[in-house]
Amino acid sequence: MLIFEHSRPGRCNTAQAPDHAATTSGIPAALLRQDTPLLPEASEMDVVRHYTRLSQQNFSIDTNFYPLGSCTMKYNPRACNSLALLPNFLARHPLAPESTGQGFLACLYDLQEILKDVTGMAGVSLTPMAGAQGEFAGIAMIRAYHDARNDSARREIIVPDAAHGTNPATAVMCGYTVKEIPTDANGDVDLDALRAAVGPQTAGLMLTNPSTLGVFEQQIQHIQKIVHDAGGLLYYDGANLNAILGKVKPGDMGFDVIHMNLHKTFSTPHGGGGPGAGAVGVAKRLLPFMPIPVAGKEGDVYRWLTEKDLPQSIGRLSAWMGNAGVLLRAYVYARMLGAEGMHRVADFATLNANYLMAELQKAGYTVAFPKRRASHEFIVSAKELKDATGVSAMDIAKRLLDKGFHAPTTYFPMLVAECLLIEPTETESKETMDAFVAAMKEIRAEAFADAAMVKGAPYTQPVRRLDDVKAARELDLAWKP
Amino acid sequence: MPFIPHTEPDVAAMLASIGAPDIDALFDEIPAALRAGKLTQVPAGMNEMQVTRLMSERASLDTPLLNFIGAGAYEHHIPAAVWQIATRGEFYSAYTPYQAEASQGTLQVLYEYQTMMASLTGMDVSNASLYDGASGLAEAILMAVRTHKTSRRVLLPATVSPIYRSVVQSVVKLQDIELIDVPFDAATGTIALDALQRHAGSDIAALVIPQPNFFGALENVDALTDWAHAQNALAIALVNPLTLALLKAPGNWGGKGADIAVGDGQPLGAPLSSGGPYFGFMCCKQALVRQMPGRIIGRTVDLEGKVGFTLTLQAREQHIRRAKATSNICSNQGLVVTAATIHMALLGVDGLRRVAAASHANTQALSALASGVHGVKRLFNAPHFHEVVLQLAKPVHEVLKKMQGQGVLGGYDLSAHYPQLGNALLVCATETKTAEDLQRYVDALRHALS
Repeated sequence: MLIFEHSRPGRCNTAQAPDHAATTSGIPAALLRQDTPLLPEASEMDVVRHYTRLSQQNFSIDTNFYPLGSCTMKYNPRACNSLALLPNFLARHPLAPESTGQGFLACLYDLQEILKDVTGMAGVSLTPMAGAQGEFAGIAMIRAYHDARNDSARREIIVPDAAHGTNPATAVMCGYTVKEIPTDANGDVDLDALRAAVGPQTAGLMLTNPSTLGVFEQQIQHIQKIVHDAGGLLYYDGANLNAILGKVKPGDMGFDVIHMNLHKTFSTPHGGGGPGAGAVGVAKRLLPFMPIPVAGKEGDVYRWLTEKDLPQSIGRLSAWMGNAGVLLRAYVYARMLGAEGMHRVADFATLNANYLMAELQKAGYTVAFPKRRASHEFIVSAKELKDATGVSAMDIAKRLLDKGFHAPTTYFPMLVAECLLIEPTETESKETMDAFVAAMKEIRAEAFADAAMVKGAPYTQPVRRLDDVKAARELDLAWKP
Repeated sequence: MPFIPHTEPDVAAMLASIGAPDIDALFDEIPAALRAGKLTQVPAGMNEMQVTRLMSERASLDTPLLNFIGAGAYEHHIPAAVWQIATRGEFYSAYTPYQAEASQGTLQVLYEYQTMMASLTGMDVSNASLYDGASGLAEAILMAVRTHKTSRRVLLPATVSPIYRSVVQSVVKLQDIELIDVPFDAATGTIALDALQRHAGSDIAALVIPQPNFFGALENVDALTDWAHAQNALAIALVNPLTLALLKAPGNWGGKGADIAVGDGQPLGAPLSSGGPYFGFMCCKQALVRQMPGRIIGRTVDLEGKVGFTLTLQAREQHIRRAKATSNICSNQGLVVTAATIHMALLGVDGLRRVAAASHANTQALSALASGVHGVKRLFNAPHFHEVVLQLAKPVHEVLKKMQGQGVLGGYDLSAHYPQLGNALLVCATETKTAEDLQRYVDALRHALS
């Protein structure tokens, strides 16, 4: 039932709005609205019940194991939320003077310093509002760097075929063309292909390390040299930073610019699709190009660094300071972890992934790279199972929902057939992972015993499998009375 | 150790299963030369009590003053239920709804949101949100250029927020799109039609029409929309969604209606919070839906014919289309949209109208009171919504500093972005202000000018 169907003419919440009558004396009639917008007329209790019930139709980290590969669905500490919602933080207008925001600015400045240390970069700007916007900022900085050196013939960004779709989409948004290079049988970048791809047209390479295949790129030092020797810059997609937090710094690997998904590694919530935070870090030669504003400090006073301080900046990416409240949550998380906690994030994220990979192998599943260490995630291929029983990766994913587990990422990366990308994160216990392995064993047995039943899953959710073709062909994107 | 549940026997059993001697062995593929040492700039960890103390001390430095700044972010009352429900763990800690069957809650909220926004703007369809109003305007311009095909020139009037224009420039300049300034009429503070007419007949992809504009003034949206369409250009409406409870919806502007409507959703339930998280919204005509960036939710049926909701038109998006996607956006502002949906449901049409009308009336009252102060005059004569420009006899930054000393944030100083206006101050009084607050403002202003 939709909220609109709870609506009754004349019912309203008098407690929520001002007593002021809806008069509009100063506005000419021609500019006024004649029709009535379609908003519900419902009581406060109706609204509270409706959305509380809807929330109960979601899987979430707070209710279910959520091993969605490349998404780092770790526990989102409640303290991070409640401390970001302190009344004084919420009440401050973004254009209020800096003198009225010294506490807020101090948190952002400290967060920049922490992120600089864990990534080994020379500067950090917190303004990008999601990973994809961080990518945009990073590639825009690469372009600004080349342009500032009158080296504008570099028109090409190289992207491995295992990359997130955002990488090529970002390069195009920044006015570049994209050259894709293959991955070798080990899951590493094909070095010969990279050597053949670079040249005077190369602006840069975008790399995720550990890659989306769940393995650490072992040849990173060679890659770094090949790209830099060709005059290109190296971009680090930080989607998988959780795997190496405190273990390896992207700056030490030779990356010139990186983005971090604070809503992954620094445990701010995903919120059903955002808000995220995609902070960027840069090496020294890209410092002048950072997106503004950046939190600065002079003596004991904090202030925004703007175009006046960074005249070569790529500019502003949002009206204010990105997703400020999300940054406060990341800051609280970073302070709770501290230096020692950061090292342990990577330790236990990696331990959990390797354990789960070993146990699923023992349960009869095929892993994509059995000779490699898993990073914080790994790939199971259901191809053999599908060939034997007809049960696909998607069927396994749907059947897992019936067993109380959110599905892994399916069919990404596309390099591995019938791919399930599994990331347990460090906050899950051995018991939870053992229960997941037991569920996967059951599904495997069910596939051989009654494949049709598995292919019909899920059975326990608010709806069965949905007709996506109908959704796209007979578009229904807004309710009509 | 915070948030890691492993016991020592767990770790031993897990390592035995893996066949590794210790956790460090799991990192043996990383070249030794790259291994990091200790983090030197990260302080030691804190427990919840310690970090609560730290954050409370930081927050206490940010004591709020009586706020009369708008300029794109507006102080409104938010019903208590809005964020209590939005931060329920099931909404707060869910991912993008890729597994539709296990995400019907989020998906239905977004479908209801799309319905509300499409109706408020008078457009056919809405997406599930963009990052904010400024980046949303940039996406609208990219979308208009993709749709138009022949022109890469867009008219971006000076009555659009200068902050938004700066963001648009950062984003679209990399795709060789030309942004053309259109000046405003000095008497009305709205787009100068004669200046616009100079572009008639040149190949233009789109005209951006702000309503209310950055000065709070109301543009002649019907004439502007018709002008754009006569030039074979798209009309992009940049609107404050709250004001649409009272103002003509973009879908009804002029003869054919605006083509795209965008803006910032902050006035619909997002706290000011130093600038975020807010959300951008984008609505458009049905014919343009395949050019739209961002997530879109559709209603469909399951294999038993039961109604359900799912992500749709994903072939536009980066995870399918890669380099040919309409945008690189994936994560957007889902949780803030959830809050906005609950906010709109609680207020309803009548509530939103009352909030908008009270904000309008308060700003009118403030404008009248302030105009009576020696050294203050109202600058533009066009009708305004809930912001107004005052011209002062003294430099604005000096006046604002003195008002701050009286506990009042007096508005936004326009002199940096609009030096031609002299000592100009943009002021906003929303429904949150009482008659006493307005009097306090005027007293502080008088004191600062004396």
